[in-house]
Order: sequence, then C-alpha cells, then structure tokens
Amino acid sequence: MKVSLSINQKLYEFDIPANTLLVELIREKAELTGTHVGCDTSQCGACTVIVNGHSIKSCSVLALQMDGADITTIEGIAAEDGTLHPMQTAFKECHGLQCGFCTPGMVISAIDLCKDHPNASDHEIRHLLEGNICRCTGYHNIIKAIKSGAKNMPVTK
Amino acid sequence: MGSIDDFSKLPHIGESVLRKEDVRFLTGVGQYTDDINLAHQTHAVFVRSPYAHATIKSINLTVAKAHPGVIGIFIGEDIAKDNINGLPCGWLINNPDGTPMKEPAHPILAQGKVRYVGDHVAVVVAETVQQARDAAELVEVEYDVLKPVINLVKAKNGPAIHDIAPDNQCYKWKLGDEPAVDLAFKNAAHITKLDLINNRLIPNALETRTVIGSYSRASDEYVLYVSNQNPHVERLLMTAFVMGLPEHKVRVIAPDVGGGFGSKIYLYAEDVCLTWAAKKLNRNIKWVADRNEAFLSDAHGRDHVSHAEMAMDKDGKFLALKVKTDANLGAYLSTFSTAIPTILYATLLAGQYTTPQIYVEVDAWFTNTAPVDAYRGAGRPEAAYLLERLVSRCAWELDISQDEIRNRNFIKTFPYQTPVALQYDTGDFPAIMAKANVLADVAGFEARRKSSEAKGLLRGIGYSSYIEACGLAPSNIAGALGARAGLFEVGEIRVNPTGSVTVFTGSHSHGQGHETTFAQVVAARLGIPIDQIDVVHGDTGRVPFGMGTYGSRSISVGGAAIMKALDKIEIKAKKIAAHMLEASDTDIDFANGEFTVKGTDKKIAFGAIALSAYVPHNYPLETLEPGLNETAFYDPTNFTFPSGTYICEVEVNPESGMVHLDQFTAVDDFGTIINPMIVEGQVHGGLVQGIGQALMENCVYDEDSGDLLTGSFMDYTMPRADLFPEFKIGHVCTPCTHNPLGTKGCGEAGAIGSPPAVINAVLDALRPLGVKELDMPATSHRVWEAIMAAKQ
Repeated sequence: MKVSLSINQKLYEFDIPANTLLVELIREKAELTGTHVGCDTSQCGACTVIVNGHSIKSCSVLALQMDGADITTIEGIAAEDGTLHPMQTAFKECHGLQCGFCTPGMVISAIDLCKDHPNASDHEIRHLLEGNICRCTGYHNIIKAIKSGAKNMPVTK
Repeated sequence: MGSIDDFSKLPHIGESVLRKEDVRFLTGVGQYTDDINLAHQTHAVFVRSPYAHATIKSINLTVAKAHPGVIGIFIGEDIAKDNINGLPCGWLINNPDGTPMKEPAHPILAQGKVRYVGDHVAVVVAETVQQARDAAELVEVEYDVLKPVINLVKAKNGPAIHDIAPDNQCYKWKLGDEPAVDLAFKNAAHITKLDLINNRLIPNALETRTVIGSYSRASDEYVLYVSNQNPHVERLLMTAFVMGLPEHKVRVIAPDVGGGFGSKIYLYAEDVCLTWAAKKLNRNIKWVADRNEAFLSDAHGRDHVSHAEMAMDKDGKFLALKVKTDANLGAYLSTFSTAIPTILYATLLAGQYTTPQIYVEVDAWFTNTAPVDAYRGAGRPEAAYLLERLVSRCAWELDISQDEIRNRNFIKTFPYQTPVALQYDTGDFPAIMAKANVLADVAGFEARRKSSEAKGLLRGIGYSSYIEACGLAPSNIAGALGARAGLFEVGEIRVNPTGSVTVFTGSHSHGQGHETTFAQVVAARLGIPIDQIDVVHGDTGRVPFGMGTYGSRSISVGGAAIMKALDKIEIKAKKIAAHMLEASDTDIDFANGEFTVKGTDKKIAFGAIALSAYVPHNYPLETLEPGLNETAFYDPTNFTFPSGTYICEVEVNPESGMVHLDQFTAVDDFGTIINPMIVEGQVHGGLVQGIGQALMENCVYDEDSGDLLTGSFMDYTMPRADLFPEFKIGHVCTPCTHNPLGTKGCGEAGAIGSPPAVINAVLDALRPLGVKELDMPATSHRVWEAIMAAKQ
C-alpha cells in the first residue's frame, strides 16, 4: 500500500505492507536509524518522533496512518549547517546521555515538553518525562539538560 | 612518567571535558548493531521453549520450511552434527573436598531437553523478519512437560535438571576459619542475626542484544557484529571453546553498544548460532532480540538467599561474622556465573570493618530459570547489602546510631589484610563518613522527622558504607582461583605522522565515555589537544587484543595499559629528540608537548618528533627503528578498592505503605578522578539501578509453571524520572597505590552501595511500629504487609 509523507522536510513515497509501523518505515525505508526501538510494548520512548508538531512513540502508530504527515526525527533537529539544536547542546553540556540509545527519544520528548511547558520545574519535568526510559544516566543530568535547553529554545507558541 | 601525584596534576586530569562521542548520538548517527545492514542480509528468529522444564519428543519442520522466504531452519541435531560445542563457563569453582563443580553441557540449541522458558529450540532464517517470525510459529515441537524447579531454596529436593547434578547443586564453597569464628561467637557479648533475600533482577540495557553473522568464502573469514562488552573475549570463547575455529579467522565487532551493565559480557547461544549458520547458508544473517526475548534470555542478576550472624563485644565492636548463602545460577552456567557468589561476593564481606574472623559458606543451585550472571556490581552488591543491613541492625539492637557503630569498627590503617583473602591498599572511611554526614545534613534529620510526623508520615534514615573490588586481578592469582581467562588489558598508542594520535584499547565503552576520558589521559601525557586524539575500541580486527569492560576495570586496567604504552612512546620520542637536538637522551625532558635539553633553551615540539619518526631523514636509523607506535599489556598486581558511604532518607506513609525517597547522599572514594562530570554520571546511573532494586525492580517466575511473570516493561517496574530526588554527590580521594593513574573505578559503586541505604532507611522509619523484617523491593504492598504483620 502506498504512503506519502515528509520526514525532516524531505518528501518520501513508499509502497509498504499494511502492518508496517511508523518506526519500521523510518528505520528501514527512509534509512534514518537514529530513531531506536527499545521495547515492544510502547513503554520506553526510544522511538519518539515529532508528527505534525507533537511527539509520539513511532512504534505505536501504523505507517499508513501517517499519509501526508510532517515528521521530524532526531536527524532533522540540528540546523542544516550542523549547528546543534539548543536541546542537543544542553544534553551535551549537562552530560545528559551515556550509551546514547535512549537519547534521540529523550531529546525529541524534551523539545516537545518544553514547547508546552517552557518554565517547567524539576518536579514537572520528571513527571512529563515519565514515558521515556533511560537505563544509564539515572535521569539526573537529563533533567538538568532539559531545564537548560528550555531556556535557550526559540519560543514557538 | 613520575608519581601518581604528578599525574593527577597534569592538564586535563580532573577536568570535566565534554564528551567527544556525544554529537553522533545526539544527531542520530551512532552505529548500533541494528543500524548496520549487510548486503543481501537475511533475518533470524529463534523458536524458544514455552516450558520451564520439558523433554522434546519431536520437532516437525515440514510446514515451516515451506513458508515463503525461509532459507534455513536448524535444530540441536544440526549443530551437534557439525561438532559445535556448548557454551563454556569461564570460572571453575571447586568444592571443599577438591572435586570440581558440576558443569553440565550448555547447548547452543536444545539437545532433547529444554530447561527454562526462553531456552533455544530452533533458529529460523528467512529473507525478512516477518517471514522468519511467521515460519517460527509454524515449527511444531512436541514436549513432555516436567515439573520445574524454580525456587532455589527448594532446588535440592526438586527433579534433576541435569543428569550430572541429581540434587541440582552446582557446588558448595567456603571461605574463612570456621573454628575461629565459632570460638568468637562463644565469647560474644551480643549476637545479631539476619535473614534476607537479594532479589533477582533483569538488566534491561535499552538496546537489546543484536547479532549479525557473516562469512566470506573468498577469505574463509567470519565477521560477527554483536552488541557486546568484550569482543576479544567473545572471540576467544567462541573460537577456542565452542567452534574450534582459528582465532584469526573470526573478527568480532562491537560497535556502538546501547548499555551493557554486565548482560553483554557473555557469549550467548545466538552469537554462535548466527556465526555458524552464516557459513552454512552462505548468507549474512541478523538477529535483534525483542524486549520480551531480552527479559527471557539475557543473563539475570543477584538471586541470593542468606543468613548472617555478627558477634560483638559489649561496645559493638565486631568480633566475628558468619554467613550462609544459597545462590541461584539458573538453568545453565553462563560465562562468569560461578565466580559471582564466591570470588566476587564472599571476599567482600569484611566490608570497611576490622572484623577479625569471617566464615562464609555458599551453596549454588541449578533451577529452571534463565542463567544468572554478573549484573552491575556482580557479587559485591550482594555482599554490601547483607553486611550493611546486618550492621544497621546491630546498631539498632545495641541502641547506638548507624554512623557510630560504623565509626567504631572502621579499618583505619592501610594496607589492610582482611580475613577473606583481599588486601585493601588504601582508603579513608572515617573521612568519607564525616563528609557524608555533613552533605546529608544529618544534624537536621530530627527536625525533618518531626515535620514528617506532623504530616502523618514516618521518616527514616539509612546508612550504607560499602567497599568493592574492581579490576579483578592479577591473572595468575585469578587463574589459581579458577579463572579460565587472563585479566590484563591492552593499549596501543599510534602516533600518526602529522602528530595526531590514535589510541587502540581493549576496553569497550557502552556509555562510559572512554573516547573522552582516555583521550584526556593521552592529551595530559603528550601535551597535545584532546581533539587530535581518537580512541578506537570494540573491533578485534583493529585492536591488538583486550579483555573488555566489566567490573569497573576500564580506567584502572585499560587506562593503565595506555599509560604503559605512553611510557614507551615517551622513551622512544626522547631518543629521536636527543638525536635532533644533538644531546644525550638522558638530558631530554618532556613536558607540555615539548622536548627540551636540560639547562639549555634547545627544544622541539612533539609534532616534529612524530613527523621525523615517519620521515626519518634526520634520524638515528642505526640504533632506532622508524615509526612511533607502541603497544603495552598491563596485568594489575591487585584489585582496586573504591569505597563510600551513602545516606538515604525516606518518608513512609503508614496507611498505604508507600515509600517516598526524599534525599539521597553519596560520598565515594574513587581515587584519582580524570573527568568528574563522567564519574558523577556513572554514580547517578548506578544509584538509580540500586534504588530500583531496593524499591521496585523484581524478577518473578511462577513457581508452578516456571513462566516468567515479569517479562515486559508493563510487568517489570523500571525506574523512571519521576521517582527520584536530586542526588547529593561528594568525593574523598585516596589514590590507588598500585596503578600509575591512582584510579579505582566508579561504574558499579552506585548500584552496590545504595540498596542497603534505602532499606535501612525504610526500616528505620518503621522501627516505631516494630517492623524488623523487610525484603526488597520495598513496594507499598510489601511495606504495608510488614506493618500489618508487626501489628499482629
């Protein structure tokens, strides 16, 4: 079945089986392997991407549902000249990543949560991040990174 | 290189340099095994046993083989026909009578019997994952289901899992002087007793295990991509013990690895199976574990049941410790499983204390559960949990404070020979305790307790003063204790002609930041910028040799090998400089990237020496080879001994049993710290895994069926961001005396020291209600039950 969608501002058209998940399309068809799969129950958040302005777990939707959608993955967050997004910079500066496997989902979730909650407290960030599992960092520096990144993010609302 | 003190004063040492590896992970271009795709790659799916204990009556592959896209399906018979051995155990433990442990075969694919839910029965290889999955469903296996043995305490009387171990016992092991301990107990003023369970855990690195097997007919060489912590060990075990292949014909690549925590040390059946099948089918084959498979088949951690007794004099001075532990090894012996409840556990039971006599007995059992092996801390968390729970109970029974009983018993002079084989080289336990007490504001605890009380909550404080042993070594002693591999590390320094440096290390980074920390060490020594140094790891085709990363050994063993190679580089570079500066090499000094002649203003930069080594026109060719490339092997003379004191404060709701973690303070002594930012990150991660064990994580098998009840993130509670306060972290530094960096290792400390601090805090909170017994995890249900039981 055919699906057309935009990923990181590039248009794609794929012929895919109906049971293809969005994460499978992103990794295997669009060959963007920055979006990761960490579980099979939509619990870990490693596959989080932005769809039409909001973060979703890309393992939880079928690719066919995404016809016409505008998707941003971790590969599309930095500026074209390679300048990191403020949230990416904050994760680096605050040591908000270790093995890096949950990181793409964390950064995407962080950007989305800061759009809606630009002045979130530590406590609020911790609750809003409940959908993403990290096994390495103990979350401590991720929280620091999100607070720092939020301050430097462009205001979009 | 001069002393450890000189080293710690070099530029970049102790500097929180931002990580070199971060940009690739932050921009999504990291290369984890599943991000790699080889030409005409096929996909493997394993058919796993749905039963914990069963014999296989028949396997029918006819329908599955006819499924579209299927290229091959293999079962145990096929593996056996090709003389592929089972998985080896890397550590031999002997019984007290000198007989060896029971070491049953650990087949790659089941040979007539399955022994845990998730055991490997067949592998299906197909053009697509979906086709392989569908075909796997069509494999017909007929089982004769047997009664499983799940609970280790009941293992002795259960049906035999392996014919060679009719009572399901793998070994009995003991350490220490039993008569001396018995005598001390007779003369004791007070004896404190404790029974406890160290709950079974599932490591859950966020990247699941992934393997790509490939084989080239042209070169008769195999390449195995695998999410693994020690690619050389993987290759050694696979070639020498399992497949009988020449080592140089197999290249193992562990690229970016998404967390390990011990679970990716081991050689697994899937790794062998795909390597073997790649040649058999002449195709590249990929297998990616789904999360459920990770729960079922990754090596699990902990799972001890123990009884401990401490004998004291009237002042609470420890006289003797007696421990009996039963350890669950699971259905088969995983790579280092047998060393965990023995060498890495019992030897740590002196802790930070002067207890003069200790006797430990361990019984290790087979059960119909996944193999159990090292998980972050590996034996040392079990030791710290037992000892620190016991010590706090001693304090409560004698009505002295938790810090006071520790202070009364701390070792204060070093080196210190424990009664359980280890010799601690250095430490300052009272200083750590004092710093932790200040950082945790223990002085303000009573006021906080009153304020919690006013809200109807019970506040408790818990202490834990752990010691651990890292960088397991030296190889010859380990060999005498049963290790079947060496425990050295390898470093190669390749100075390139333009003065940049490539470091090849046998250590493996899967989150630890070696690309940065190791570059700091090299930059400090050679006086060149960090961005001119690349660290290469995880590829047996590029790195000369190595033993990998586990047991917090990377900086102290891998880093020390790099230091040794740098010594050689410096010696050779000085000879080149002496020639170019027309001086004697004994008159050459090297500092800040410059070679100078003593007492003159003659100097030459490191980069010029590098160029000269490869363009040897003005060069002492008669006495010195061109090139500037040195390799060193480093075998430590002792373990390193990180230590620390952790203080936890909790609030417990006596109505619901809900535990709220309010404060957590960790003061550690890791010796020299190269990169404080990275070290603190390691502490944070370890703390959350340890607190996870204490409050929520628990692996549960159904005792009747042997099914894994906690087989997904829906059932196994993973620590999430909203459950933790901000941690207070501090350091004390007594440098390790026997490696050139003074480092001790920091990767596991958090997971070792934190569980007893949490449970002691919960028990302290519940003391007014008379609660004395509580096993991890302290879920609200368990705490509520403990409160109810105390009311009876």
